[in-house]
Amino acid sequence: MDIQDVVWTIALVGMGLVALGFVHVIVQAGKPADEAATRKSAHSAHVLQAWLFVVLFVGFVAGSWATLRHFPIPPQQGTLGAQQVVDVVGRQWSWQMKPDTVRTGSVVEFRVTSDDVNHGFALYAPDGRIVAQTQAMPGYTNKLLHTFERPGTYTVQCLEYCGLGHAPMKTTLKVVAAKGD
Amino acid sequence: MASLTMYPDDERLASRDRVAFNLYIITAVALFVLMMLVGLTMRMSQAKWLDVPPNLFYELLSMHGAGMVGTISLATTAVMWFFLRKYVRLHLWAFVANYVLFLLGALCIIVSIFAYGYGALWTFLYPLPVHGVGMWTADSSALFMLGYLLIGVGSLLFYLDAAAAIIKVHGNLGRALGLQWLFGGKIDPDHPKAVVASTMVIITNSLGILAGAVVLVMSLVNIFYPQVVLNALVAKNLIYWFGHMYINATIYMGVIAIYELLPRYTGKPYPISRPFLWSWAVSTVFVVIVFPHHLLMDFAQPRWLAIMGQVVSWGAGFPVFLVTAYGALTNIYRSNIRWTMPSRLMILSVFGWAAGIVPAILDGTIRINSVMHNTQWVPGHFHFYILLGVLAMALSLMFHEIGSRAHAAPNSAADRMGFPVYLIGGLIFVFGFLDGGRMSVPRRMAQHLDAWTYTDKIGSVGAILVVLAMLYFAIRITVGLLKPPSPSPVPVPESMPQPGPMPSPSPGVVGVGTTNAAG
Repeated sequence: MDIQDVVWTIALVGMGLVALGFVHVIVQAGKPADEAATRKSAHSAHVLQAWLFVVLFVGFVAGSWATLRHFPIPPQQGTLGAQQVVDVVGRQWSWQMKPDTVRTGSVVEFRVTSDDVNHGFALYAPDGRIVAQTQAMPGYTNKLLHTFERPGTYTVQCLEYCGLGHAPMKTTLKVVAAKGD
Repeated sequence: MASLTMYPDDERLASRDRVAFNLYIITAVALFVLMMLVGLTMRMSQAKWLDVPPNLFYELLSMHGAGMVGTISLATTAVMWFFLRKYVRLHLWAFVANYVLFLLGALCIIVSIFAYGYGALWTFLYPLPVHGVGMWTADSSALFMLGYLLIGVGSLLFYLDAAAAIIKVHGNLGRALGLQWLFGGKIDPDHPKAVVASTMVIITNSLGILAGAVVLVMSLVNIFYPQVVLNALVAKNLIYWFGHMYINATIYMGVIAIYELLPRYTGKPYPISRPFLWSWAVSTVFVVIVFPHHLLMDFAQPRWLAIMGQVVSWGAGFPVFLVTAYGALTNIYRSNIRWTMPSRLMILSVFGWAAGIVPAILDGTIRINSVMHNTQWVPGHFHFYILLGVLAMALSLMFHEIGSRAHAAPNSAADRMGFPVYLIGGLIFVFGFLDGGRMSVPRRMAQHLDAWTYTDKIGSVGAILVVLAMLYFAIRITVGLLKPPSPSPVPVPESMPQPGPMPSPSPGVVGVGTTNAAG
């Protein structure tokens, strides 16, 4: 399962839970409550709100720890020690990439910059899904680390709007199987 | 505490106030229809149902982005003004000046786009405005930016007038926010939620507009003196700081309608509380510091900014879920609410906000952003909480106000048909985008691959339904606002016993100055 499918599932569950809460209240909205029932439901609402806070807070702390423990962005200062390095320059409306072939199984460091305006360096797997991206910004070099697991022809697509030729601003990266793979 | 009177006297629009309010609302609904048609054209072009050349596509995209952000701001400014003027003395000239400057700014933007081909989008991301490569000139970018400056000056004038008026009544902005009650003390039950929300908007959006003004002036200097080169990362931070706060302010202006109107339709008090004050205090800080989530893929940013962007994005969900959405649902629960257009739109708006931030929070996670950034996931979530959230908030006041003219909350057969068309169309439309994000379809792209067009087609169908519903709403609201008021029904005396502990507001008998519930 790609990360996009995981995100899609979490989003649907989250939005679905919100929708269920609203549907429940809408169904109950037409049933008037007397004073005693109003007091009781106000008390239940406070208890539920406290529980909801606890659940969200635990999710917040656990989720932050899980997603930030191994920081997803590599350090940008100094050398990263990757076995393969690809220098990438974006310009209206083409990519210059040296070399344009990498191997599977070992980490690749992409050093991405731009000659003119902001571009988006997005790596699309052969199945059409994004596997990694960073911005190409004039005056800066963003370092992106990625390890390819599947060989094939990957597409580099500009993902930051950069003018009239934005959509066709793409090139290919060949990923070959490492020896022994 | 917000009134439970359906159409209170202190809300009635005097003649000049009415003209100004009508100008805002009628302009806004007309622009919404036009900008939606622009959006529909782009979606149909991506679906390959229409043939739109790329240069025109990006001009339309620039128009749609700037137009929608400006229009929703115009509409929600009217919401804030409508309610805030009950509690503090606002000057009509400031409200009108904002409108006039908005029109002048909009004119600059329209001319820059359609006469001179500006196509660097509503974000004017440096240095793209000076790199049109034949599609647009630097002069057209300068005109576009001048338009922004005019609109920003108008907003600032309105906020300054509102800030002065609030300070006059409450002493300072901190007391207006209710900070004195965060850790204890007896909260004044009559402290208006509208004042709390307006104060938050004034603080955050003034900062945002100032940040925008700085980067706009810097960009203009670069246009006329190209030897003055800007730092692209600093410019991007300023642009997103401005853009994020400007669009977020619309939510916080719009939600005033919920705080004010919902209790009238449920008949239940919706009192101010300590969690409410905490949520607004926290949101004031969060809205100011959350913007780095727009720059998570700019790896050159300091690491602490990226972490702050993620953590605050997640934290921003707490006030929305636990206070605003939960509070609204508690108010509606077993209230015997009468479903009319304003009440339907109110619950839709709270749902659209709460549900729409789920994919937004996910996108604010660095690991997820690395595969979702600048895909259609992004317009998926922001259309969710703007179209089904903020716009519905503004529409709820518009329908409520035409109800005050007719002395009955709008609930015609056509209204009852228009609402589900808007809701279903809106959901189809946003899920078309979100599914595009799942498939890694890029946003802001004129030409789509054949493999992507099925989500574009789904989105187009949803957009057609939304446009039809909005067209109906626009006509209904315009006619309703311009109609002379119906003869006032005989008011129910204040001392008259109310029908039960939680009476349902009956639109047919509720008139101006008529209380529909004790409280």
